[in-house]
Amino acid sequence: MEKHTIIITVANRIGVLARIAGLLSSRGFNIDSIIGAPTENPDIYKIHLVVGGTEQRIEQVTKQLNKLIDTVKIVDISHKKNYIVREFILIKVKAQKNRSEILELINVFKAKVVDMTRTHITIDISGPTLKIERFIDLLRPYGIKEFVRSGKIAVSED
Amino acid sequence: MTGAEILIDALKKEGVDIMFGYPGGVVIPIFDVLYRDKEINLILTRHEQGAAHAADGYARASGKVGVCLVTSGPGATNTITGIATAKLDSIPIVVISGQVRTNIIGTDAFQETDMAGLTRSICKHNYLVQKTQELPQIIKEAFYIARSGRPGPVSLDLPLDVVTAKLKNYSYPKKVNLPGYNPTIKGNPRQIKKLAQAIKDAKKPLIMSGGGIISSGTSDELLKLLEMTNIPIVITLMGLGSIPTDHRLFLGMPGMHGRVAANYALTECDLLIAIGTRFDDRVTGDLKTFGKNAKIAHIDIDPAEIGKNVETDIPVVGDIQNVLNDLLGMIKPRIPNEWNRTTAGWKEKYKLGYKQQKTGEILPQYVVDRISHLAEQNAIIVTDVGQHQMWAALYCNHKKPRSFLSSGGLGTMGFGLPAAMGASMAYPDRMIINISGDGSIQMNIQELATCAINEIPVKIAVLNNTYLGMVRQWQELFWDRNYSKTCLKQTLHCPHDCKGPGKDCSQVYRPDFVKVAEANGIIGLRAAKPSEVDSVIKEGFRTKGPVLMEFMVRRVESVYPMVPGGKPINEMIIG
Repeated sequence: MEKHTIIITVANRIGVLARIAGLLSSRGFNIDSIIGAPTENPDIYKIHLVVGGTEQRIEQVTKQLNKLIDTVKIVDISHKKNYIVREFILIKVKAQKNRSEILELINVFKAKVVDMTRTHITIDISGPTLKIERFIDLLRPYGIKEFVRSGKIAVSED
Repeated sequence: MTGAEILIDALKKEGVDIMFGYPGGVVIPIFDVLYRDKEINLILTRHEQGAAHAADGYARASGKVGVCLVTSGPGATNTITGIATAKLDSIPIVVISGQVRTNIIGTDAFQETDMAGLTRSICKHNYLVQKTQELPQIIKEAFYIARSGRPGPVSLDLPLDVVTAKLKNYSYPKKVNLPGYNPTIKGNPRQIKKLAQAIKDAKKPLIMSGGGIISSGTSDELLKLLEMTNIPIVITLMGLGSIPTDHRLFLGMPGMHGRVAANYALTECDLLIAIGTRFDDRVTGDLKTFGKNAKIAHIDIDPAEIGKNVETDIPVVGDIQNVLNDLLGMIKPRIPNEWNRTTAGWKEKYKLGYKQQKTGEILPQYVVDRISHLAEQNAIIVTDVGQHQMWAALYCNHKKPRSFLSSGGLGTMGFGLPAAMGASMAYPDRMIINISGDGSIQMNIQELATCAINEIPVKIAVLNNTYLGMVRQWQELFWDRNYSKTCLKQTLHCPHDCKGPGKDCSQVYRPDFVKVAEANGIIGLRAAKPSEVDSVIKEGFRTKGPVLMEFMVRRVESVYPMVPGGKPINEMIIG
């Protein structure tokens, strides 16, 4: 079951996020991530959605989402190359003994230290999903206390 | 003007002259405007569900948007089944519900329910109006959305302060501003050309049309297409009446209780042209074998229906009217061939039938048949849901569109009587017949009083087998005759594990429908023998005003043909 990243441009009206989320759950989809935020145009709101499903099911639900009166545009960017995709993450890792190693990793990945205590470092990193996942993976042996992901956002290349 | 005055004025501008509804606390300001108004006639139903179905029946019969007005909380939730019914059959209604004041929304206030949240998945669109100044634009949009594209229900939730506040400069907007809503009207010419070519190439073409023909008003175009191409046609429950039942190319209704010829044709055709139909599971049966030899073309205004259940070779998204007209311009006459003879042969060989004896039990099919025969030419038949519905679909002589109204998608028992009231309000001069069952009629039987008080002349035929017949039929065929809770006269003294009617069965059943009718001020008639059927129907039809005719029919009659759930549609139990 492939993950699809879908960008939905909607009218900025009350309850629009609930309409999107409600439609997905009523059609039996589990949402991996969903972000809704205003855009440069105050009347327009953009929703970035990641869901899993077969090509056919995704196509069907995309059509259903498109049918919502508030939906202006919908693009499944999973197979599109001309999109810049980013994810943002905050990660708290144990750092007492291996502090310098972790700082080296942070350096290599161009991440940022946002907080440091005697026992932990909190890191802020953004980038394509693959980079993020690799970073998490490399930090795992040191002991990840907590992380939060923003979910994917994307913008088309000019 | 107050929000309530704006609402009523806007409704008139949308052409509303009849509404159905029920008052309550937060909608008193709106009812107060209606009290002074002389143009809009609001029919007070006895239950909000009745109001929603009546608006639906009005819309189905007339093609106009049906409107109902109810209060917040329980008033609003009582319309839910009505909204879902309209959604699944793509019927344009606007359901206006009151709401508590905006400043107490979310506090579990008295008679507060989150109507916008509740209706989200069962309506085409919904609104919770926040400010009086938004009201004109939203009403405009609500009606536009309900009736355009693929029609459907729209819910409009109006908080008390929105309807009481005053607005100085009110003018009703002329246009909507919905950047996200642009139904595709014109079909893609390339696809239509492909379809024209496919018709030319096909040896065994078949048309399957549905409710889309009714909602797009394209019976004439469909008939033209049939005359030109001689392609046999099957019509789903929602499309019955699109063409006359006795049309030479009509093979019948397909699906679970479809005609044998229709289901055989669907299985054998090499080109299936689906028009305004959505491949419901009750029509397709097992999807793996459905249309297995066919190239499938699908004409629909809703792109989301294309490929939803059945993979489509030639998708045509657009308004049927445009698509059929374009198609008619591209095709040449087709001469009937071997396939026409084969399908006509099936139709001849597998006729519908029943054997009504002169004495003994009344067969329900016979009652339906006689009603159809004795009804006026332009009568509208409205059904409930269950066995009687299928018999009405199979045995009535459907002549015209919008003359057979039935809850197809949701299968709502209790739909019939209020929907018949709605149809009657749309066409006060036409004969409106509600064919119902003893189970269904009880689900909105309170509306008998509405009919009596408002002199709504619905002719109600109750096929009484004192069973929930369709479920009983399934229990008989697939559940070892375990008639669990389907006998409506099972008493405390009956055996728990009853296997069907026997000598010990109680003669008593409840309620006595004739008495119920009379208690409501409606004439009640009963036929208990075959010889009484015609005279009861004739007397019922002759009598002015609403009438309830009860027919004591054979208790264990089943609807055939029948395709067991999930089986290929050519594997029918013929009965």
